[in-house]
Amino acid sequence: MKTTRYEVLPGPEHFLPPAAASMGIRLPDPGQAHIHGRIVPEEEAMEAAARQFLSAKVPTIFPGPLVLWAWNEKAAQKAKAVRELYETIKECVTPAQRPMLIPMPDYRPKYPKINPEIEINPNHPNLTIWHNKIDTCMFVGVHCHQANLSLKIIRGGTNCYTIAMCAQAGHEDAMLSFRDATAEKILRLAEWVKKLKGSVKPPEE
Amino acid sequence: MSKERIQISPDLFDIMPAEYQDLVRRATYGKEDRGWKDIGMAKELIEEHSLCAGCPESMAFRYILASLPNPEDTVMVGSTGCTSLVFPHVAVHNIHSLFGNQNAVASGLKRALSLRFPGKIKDVVVLAGDGATVDIGLDMTLQAWFRQEKFTTICFDNELYANTGGQESGMMRKGFVAKMAPAGKMFEKVRLPEIARESGCHYVVNCTVSKPNLVEKVIKNAVYVAREIGPTYVQLYTPCILEIGKNSMEGLQEMRDAERPTERFAYKEYISDQAKELLAEIAAKEKEKKAAAKKQLAGKEA
Ligand SMILES: Cc1ncc(C[n+]2csc(CCOP(=O)(O)OP(=O)(O)O)c2C)c(N)n1
Ligand code: SF4
Ligand SMILES: [Mg+2]
Repeated sequence: MKTTRYEVLPGPEHFLPPAAASMGIRLPDPGQAHIHGRIVPEEEAMEAAARQFLSAKVPTIFPGPLVLWAWNEKAAQKAKAVRELYETIKECVTPAQRPMLIPMPDYRPKYPKINPEIEINPNHPNLTIWHNKIDTCMFVGVHCHQANLSLKIIRGGTNCYTIAMCAQAGHEDAMLSFRDATAEKILRLAEWVKKLKGSVKPPEE
Repeated sequence: MSKERIQISPDLFDIMPAEYQDLVRRATYGKEDRGWKDIGMAKELIEEHSLCAGCPESMAFRYILASLPNPEDTVMVGSTGCTSLVFPHVAVHNIHSLFGNQNAVASGLKRALSLRFPGKIKDVVVLAGDGATVDIGLDMTLQAWFRQEKFTTICFDNELYANTGGQESGMMRKGFVAKMAPAGKMFEKVRLPEIARESGCHYVVNCTVSKPNLVEKVIKNAVYVAREIGPTYVQLYTPCILEIGKNSMEGLQEMRDAERPTERFAYKEYISDQAKELLAEIAAKEKEKKAAAKKQLAGKEA
């Protein structure tokens, strides 16, 4: 029987994209990551994520409640690392590229409407992606269920490339996912961005 | 417990939307004497609401949220109805439960919190409409009271199903005609405050939300008694101005009319002996504290 392997790729896939797990995508083991559902060594994914940021028109980081709120010292350190990654991306891209850092402060649906310029919400993350024309994003510090919800909605309705910097076992529904995220790991990604500065073709205008 | 727990990571403070920065800087978490007087002076725990303009439920929400004695360690449980549209704007932990199930969910939650955080104060407050409390959820409401579950049940009584367009509710008064109940109510309004007393509630109040200081006192009492003794019930008249054909400025007068001595929302309370003792103790402590503060102030001035 001929089978084709499912790949987690930028959408728009369709209104209700399947959960990647139901299509056979599995999670990486410690020390690994996945790219489009393919298990790879973590370092390979670091390079790929850095390239993705450097080649995007609007590379964006979406920090969630687990890093935005200083629950403990670790959370505050991760927040610092996220900031550092964002500043590094800003320094390493061309003036035509427009890096963004947009928070997901909590998970409440926003009525009567969200302000997509300043926040993102897991119940309608596509609005923020569309409004800011975001073509690459990384989630960090979002609880598993809400991250999966966002990743699926984004894959369903936008062409944005999604990266998950996950503190647990990773996300099948992201196009690229790390696992066991720490402040150190986020800073390592920043190092990769610095290292590849100038060697990645910037997006066409 | 205090505001200290609710802090934004310093490195990301500047990207947080203004309402969250305000919550951290100017809200009254951890303030011991928080109350309705903070409204307009401090950041409220409710953002813009999604109720009809002038709906008295919005006043009720603001007074209740300002009066919770321990908002950072309180979980509210809501149910479907007009109130459920407000909870997304509320900066207090809350759970939306399936219509009518609120008192069952709150029972499990309160027990779980007591096991998980022994010795710590964790208040649970149910806030649901009359349809959820007395019709579809009556079983859950009563069973929680029979079992002496230690949480407060607040009912926003607008005497009909407002959110679904005006169907008849057990709380509707006899003879009332609503948009989706054209034949008129054939039975008397259910006497839930009396049923609450007979079912084991230790503190029961029936009133309107026309007076913020009264709402504050009632909510605080209800939470304190539930925390220490057992179930409490507060029934608040929050008229659905849309359904009774009033405009947005008329909600307050409607409540004042309904709280006249002969009317359905004349102030009514039942307090068990145990609860009376507790409330007297709390009042005595507060009096002492005030006297001490006065003395200190006088000392400073002298
Ligand atoms: C299990 C279930 N049954 C029915 C409904 C439909 N429903 C939604 S709101 C509502 C009435 C709400 O009335 P009430 O509790 O009085 O709240 P109000 O809207 O009046 O504030 C009903 C029946 C539902 N959402 N779920
Ligand atoms: S329908 Fe009635 S109860 Fe609901 S928000 Fe409007 S006025 Fe208030
Ligand atoms: Mg109602």
